[in-house]
Amino acid sequence: MDSRRLPRTVIDPKVRLVGFFTSGDPPPARFNPNTADATAATAAAISSSSQNSDINLTGNSLSPVMIPPLRRMSPRRCDEMQMPIGSYNPSESLLGTSPSRRGINGPDFSEVATSAWLGISGSMKAAASFPGSSGEMMMVGKNGGNALVKNMDTTELAAKTVPGVTEKDGGTLTDMKNEGAGTVRHQKQMTTRAERRAIQEAQRASKAAAMMDGKGGKSIASTGGGAPSISNQEKVLKQSQKKDGPQETGATSEKKVSRNPDKDRKKDIPQPRMQFDDKNRVEKAKRRAVVNQFEARNRVELFRHLPQYEHGPQLPYLESKFFHLDNIHPSVYKVGLKYLSGTITGGNARCQEMLLAFREAIIDYSTPPEKVLVRDLTSKIGSYVSFLIECRPLSVSMGNAIRFLKNRVAKLHHNVSESEAKSRLISDVDRFINEKIIVADQIIVQHAVTKIRDGDVLLIYGYSTVVEMILLHAHEQGKQFRVMVVDSRPKLEGKILLRKLVMKGLSCTYTHINAISYVMHEVKCVFLGASAILSNGTVFSRVGTACIAMVAHAFRVPVLICCEAYKFHERVQLDSICSNELGNPDVISNVPGKEDVNHLANWADHKNLQLLNLFYDATPSDYVSMIVTEHGMVPPTSVPVIVREYGKDQFIF
Amino acid sequence: MEPNNLPNPNPSTDHGISAYYQTRAEHHAVVTSDWLAQAQAAVTRNAAVPEVLPKIAATGGSRAAGSGKAFSVIDEFNYWRKKPDLAEAVAAIMALAAFIRSSEATTMMELEIELKKASDTLKSWDTTSISLSAGCDLFMRYVTRTSALEYEDFNAAKLRLIERGEKFGEISLKARRTIAMLGQDFVFDGSTILVHGYSRVVLEVLKLAASNRKMFRVLCTEGRPDRTGLRFSNELAQLGVPVKLLIDSAVAYTMDEVDMVFVGADGVVESGGIINMMGTYQIALVAHCMNKPVYVAAESYKFARLYPLDQKDLAPAIRPIEFGVPIPSGVEVERNARDYTPPQYLTLLFTDLGVLTPSVVSDELIQLYL
Repeated sequence: MDSRRLPRTVIDPKVRLVGFFTSGDPPPARFNPNTADATAATAAAISSSSQNSDINLTGNSLSPVMIPPLRRMSPRRCDEMQMPIGSYNPSESLLGTSPSRRGINGPDFSEVATSAWLGISGSMKAAASFPGSSGEMMMVGKNGGNALVKNMDTTELAAKTVPGVTEKDGGTLTDMKNEGAGTVRHQKQMTTRAERRAIQEAQRASKAAAMMDGKGGKSIASTGGGAPSISNQEKVLKQSQKKDGPQETGATSEKKVSRNPDKDRKKDIPQPRMQFDDKNRVEKAKRRAVVNQFEARNRVELFRHLPQYEHGPQLPYLESKFFHLDNIHPSVYKVGLKYLSGTITGGNARCQEMLLAFREAIIDYSTPPEKVLVRDLTSKIGSYVSFLIECRPLSVSMGNAIRFLKNRVAKLHHNVSESEAKSRLISDVDRFINEKIIVADQIIVQHAVTKIRDGDVLLIYGYSTVVEMILLHAHEQGKQFRVMVVDSRPKLEGKILLRKLVMKGLSCTYTHINAISYVMHEVKCVFLGASAILSNGTVFSRVGTACIAMVAHAFRVPVLICCEAYKFHERVQLDSICSNELGNPDVISNVPGKEDVNHLANWADHKNLQLLNLFYDATPSDYVSMIVTEHGMVPPTSVPVIVREYGKDQFIF
Repeated sequence: MEPNNLPNPNPSTDHGISAYYQTRAEHHAVVTSDWLAQAQAAVTRNAAVPEVLPKIAATGGSRAAGSGKAFSVIDEFNYWRKKPDLAEAVAAIMALAAFIRSSEATTMMELEIELKKASDTLKSWDTTSISLSAGCDLFMRYVTRTSALEYEDFNAAKLRLIERGEKFGEISLKARRTIAMLGQDFVFDGSTILVHGYSRVVLEVLKLAASNRKMFRVLCTEGRPDRTGLRFSNELAQLGVPVKLLIDSAVAYTMDEVDMVFVGADGVVESGGIINMMGTYQIALVAHCMNKPVYVAAESYKFARLYPLDQKDLAPAIRPIEFGVPIPSGVEVERNARDYTPPQYLTLLFTDLGVLTPSVVSDELIQLYL
């Protein structure tokens, strides 16, 4: 795919044109003539093939995001447009779209992420760094007239409310939303390339200024979308999610998105379609632009559809903003910062912390006058979710929990008093945490310890809370077994688990993932955790899990995945590329503790060098022997059965 | 079962087709005397098992006495088991259904507890039998998985339970016939079928196929040490089906000329694999390697909530093995009577729920245990 895109890649890295251009618009003056020609050519090609004529895909040549597959997406985009906006229901948003379109901008597997992504994409656009998303929005707008109109109206409404709500640098967010909605289309037609270029330049300058203040740039994932096919689908998905975002969160989400001014956005580079009626947004984009430019040069082509955040620099700034919040509940803000800084990791922990923060927010919530509790609370939750997404893309566990919460909110009767409603919601949240996480873990432990026998050698990878519980429980039962802890850079999460196990007296061996084929011959059984399990039995887990499972399969060692049922998803994913999460590439280049290993210290200077730090990977179901859930031990083929049977009455599994 | 009485298993050209059909007509649907004798022997053999393990007999007796009722579930069980062609699990199911009917409990809770006790009694009759425990468990789930339990009126609820219990019993009784009807479709004219172990379900399938005038021949493995092959081939010969006996080691040798492999199952586990007589795994591996389909005929009450990861994950069923000569001391004998065949080597399962792929087993179990 990369080779296919090469002819279209940015010729001048500094001048990468991200986003869609309206066909016929002259490229921004900044661009080289040849790129302009290329873009015009591609735009022509694309517009001819797609029903959208307005979307200018010339950006393709300039931005990795612009991938021809967009063409094919147009019919789907129509579907996307039909999807209920503001719904975090992954099935709803996903079923309407092609399956590959997931988490375009890198949020993890949940649709929630993607819909929240819409919010983000709004902000990204503001940063002019989201060519893909904007392009798609535009495409969609152009395509499905009716559907689009509906969406656009909503987004327009949302956009209108935004200005009133801005408190953070929300301008960009607002921009995004507006862009996403019909306004995008209108705006695009209105601004010429030269104007856009000028705007981008201004944004970049302001971004540089902002950077001086110590804010990090937020690099929202380039909408580019990796492989052309993937990007198409992702774009469609993103678009649908974007639609969801604006509707649901409205102003607040935009605000939340603007919360990411510090995140580097990939698309800081000239943003052809920015809506520039708000000076704030321009400023924001400028600030972002500067940082992004630096980042963008070394992003892996294949993963341009995923957001890449640079966390460190903006943390102090965000912390200082703690007391200036208006719309975000402090506990939600805290949780978001914890995600950002990596203090909370792991599917269960993240979901639990998020739900507890929401619980606090619900306790403190009071319906504003003349508003209906159900709708207002839903939009508030949506805004919190957008904020959390900006901090870190949602995991499937979080997505399902959010879906559950929204369903419970939606099911509240109108005539229920506020305090009653709140107490019901709080008890629902408590019940969810208790049933789906705590008790489920206990049941899983009971099932899984039956598979551990005396004299076994078990192999575990990374740090999964459930696997830890299983091992400790088996040890308490007095079983004699050895544990092989496999770890991998850069996270080195195995060390934490190793410490805990050794403290309890288990005999452990610690090794690096490079050595698994060396040690696998003596392993009796492999225990792995999962971040999500998809309907075709594919297991999404920490990167490296697929390697372990594959080697274990080759050695005919059974692989047990221990996962609570609320992490199941009806989505299907075939590879690790279309939906994933990118981390900070700098941690790859540095080896902590070995300062002499600094060959990659200036990796960013090399144009041909790209560093990739993936968080997740997909393990095919062939390598999985059994999945242990609270519903028992099931084969991987039974995941859709559980999704089907337990999902319909409880909105969650 | 003298081999001399068996008709020539390989119909030669001078016999012609007519001989096959001639003898078939005579034996069609007739329970031959030596078949009955065989069945009786099977019953007494099974009854002999508890004597070998005195513990079970003692507990069985004490349980019967300890139940304190005129009705003893074990007695009922034994009554049902006397019918020669009834499987143990079906006998247990019928016994449990009858138990509900004759129970004197006055509350639903009490009835459930008694039912559980009766079920445990039956399961302990043969702790190594997977189909028995699976059948009892499934019966319990099926019967109690009804909203009838919410009824205020105990009698109405009990009637509902009885109804469900007898329905389940009837399904299980008819299971073999259902499977036979489904399975005989897969036997085509001129096919060669490899059979392992003595499964009454497979026999039923082949009987029905033969009575439908299908021309096929059967290769039977010897099935040491139980000599299942000899018994099975006797049955088939009386049906007039051409049979060839192989020693267990000759399976790979003859696999080329085999069109499909038919086996029964002691139990079907949640992964979709089966637990069957020792040797089934070997045959399934060879068949898989040579791209021959492996069909399993198993009733649905054999679906067990087990999930073995490997061969040693099962509780072994020890059977005595006679080598004919004394074993030198210091030499161990692998006496396990059954093995586990993973689902990837199985093609289809013929059950009374239909013709299923192995992955459907878990689907059904999840729905039942919902």
